[in-house]
Amino acid sequence: MTINDIQDELITDFSFFEDWMSKYEYIIQLGKELPLIAEEYKTDQRLIKGCQSKVWLHADYRDGLIHFTADSDAIITKGLVSLMVKVLSGHTPAEIAGSDLYFIDQIGLKEHLSPTRANGLLSMVKQMKLYAIALINV
Amino acid sequence: MSKNYPIEQIRRDFPILGREVNGKPLIYLDNGATTQKPRSVIDAISGYYSEINSNIHRGVHHLSQLATDAYEISRSRIRQFIGAAHDHEIIMTTGTTGGINLVAYSYGKEFVHPGDEILISEMEHHSNIVPWQLLCAERGANLKVIPMDERGVLDMEAYGRLLNEKTKLVALTYVSNSLGTINPVGEIITRAHAAGVPVLLDAAQAVHHIRMDVQTLDVDFLVFSGHKMYGPTGVGVLYGKEKWLNAMPPYQGGGDMIKQVTFEKTTFNELPFKFEAGTPNIEAGICLGEAINYIESIGLDAIAQYENDLLQYATGKLLEIDGLRIIGTAPEKSGVISFLLGEVHPYDVGVILDKLGVAVRTGHHCTQPVMDKFGIPGTVRASIAMYNTREDIDTLVAAVGRAGQMLQ
Repeated sequence: MTINDIQDELITDFSFFEDWMSKYEYIIQLGKELPLIAEEYKTDQRLIKGCQSKVWLHADYRDGLIHFTADSDAIITKGLVSLMVKVLSGHTPAEIAGSDLYFIDQIGLKEHLSPTRANGLLSMVKQMKLYAIALINV
Repeated sequence: MSKNYPIEQIRRDFPILGREVNGKPLIYLDNGATTQKPRSVIDAISGYYSEINSNIHRGVHHLSQLATDAYEISRSRIRQFIGAAHDHEIIMTTGTTGGINLVAYSYGKEFVHPGDEILISEMEHHSNIVPWQLLCAERGANLKVIPMDERGVLDMEAYGRLLNEKTKLVALTYVSNSLGTINPVGEIITRAHAAGVPVLLDAAQAVHHIRMDVQTLDVDFLVFSGHKMYGPTGVGVLYGKEKWLNAMPPYQGGGDMIKQVTFEKTTFNELPFKFEAGTPNIEAGICLGEAINYIESIGLDAIAQYENDLLQYATGKLLEIDGLRIIGTAPEKSGVISFLLGEVHPYDVGVILDKLGVAVRTGHHCTQPVMDKFGIPGTVRASIAMYNTREDIDTLVAAVGRAGQMLQ
């Protein structure tokens, strides 16, 4: 599946939620269920500091594809992080660098990517793209 | 509960309280960050631009005179509100941060030398830490910190030990913005003065909650912001004793602060203009006086009593929630309740509360050392103002309960 295929699938999934409560309960569930990053990778080097919550991001480059794992200390942020990882992980650097993450707006969670939220999520997306761009330029 | 407190009238006076957020009536409990504005302040801002907009202290024309008069009447109102001796001891600034930076620069330039010490406390807002760090780095001075205990109460014994002949200034918050502690500022000032040390108080979280008189306190500098006391953003006040302000060099150079300029030498204007370079935020300066008029129309003492009751009520109700703990349990508190819900991250609580129409602050509240002290990433902070009600608190408590169900 391409990045956009995955985004479209998520948009469809989220369209079934009837209110904000069920949407957030799902995100919280995602956050609770997914052990996203190996503990040894939760180092300061991989830490993206938001003002509000912290995000750790780890990237592996294997066979031409970038695999991301990530985590956060806040559960809602962690749920949103897992959505980002789901969309961007396992693609080529060129695909990731050129991606347009429209799904977050369409599923009504745009406010979480606002710079004023300072939850580390926006910085994480930037970091993912920078990692991809760096590999393209190698 | 204060029986004669005109809460319904007050709520009608603040138009924004009638709006909805996320389809729910707004419950505004982020007053420590900024307060809402009464109709009289909003109208005064519009009235200024509709009727008297003009630059102050310059023109001979009619409008300039009207604007200047309004600005100076406001200065005088502020002077009266905090009990200062002279209008020229009231310096209009951009806010609390602006005032602290002014003192750090100007007082520091004149009075702080290598090896000297500036004394602050462990519960300061970043704006009362960083300017002193910059000053200390620049002057080769040292920053010393009065510790606090696990309740958020200052260690007065340590304070006594830290005060010494090298101390050049004590810079302290009156009320902690993240813990709500009211510091024993009277005793702190008395002891500092006994050691020959002046005191700056950050009154940003105090001036609209607690009646104060700068002459009785005998405080040397007092700073606060307009927007936290129902006034406009972009204006604040530095009160300084005349003797200090006269002894300090100007902060910024520019128009209004000069007496005579030649390319060889400039002589500076008198107080307060020496510290007010450039065109200020005129309408905000004027309307801060209007905000004070509004506060006094209700009566600051009545407000203080009402808010204190509400704070007690909120504390009791929140503590009924399973797993909730309050950060900051000093016996004397004002305006602020910081709390955590079990192991839940404060950001998560804040997101759910927002969805339920309740505005609180989450995070470190610009007091990272306080959070480090308690070993927590931040808190959820509910902060009250004169227009909050027990119903607001009940809604908050219900919303926190619901957040707990979703997140735990």
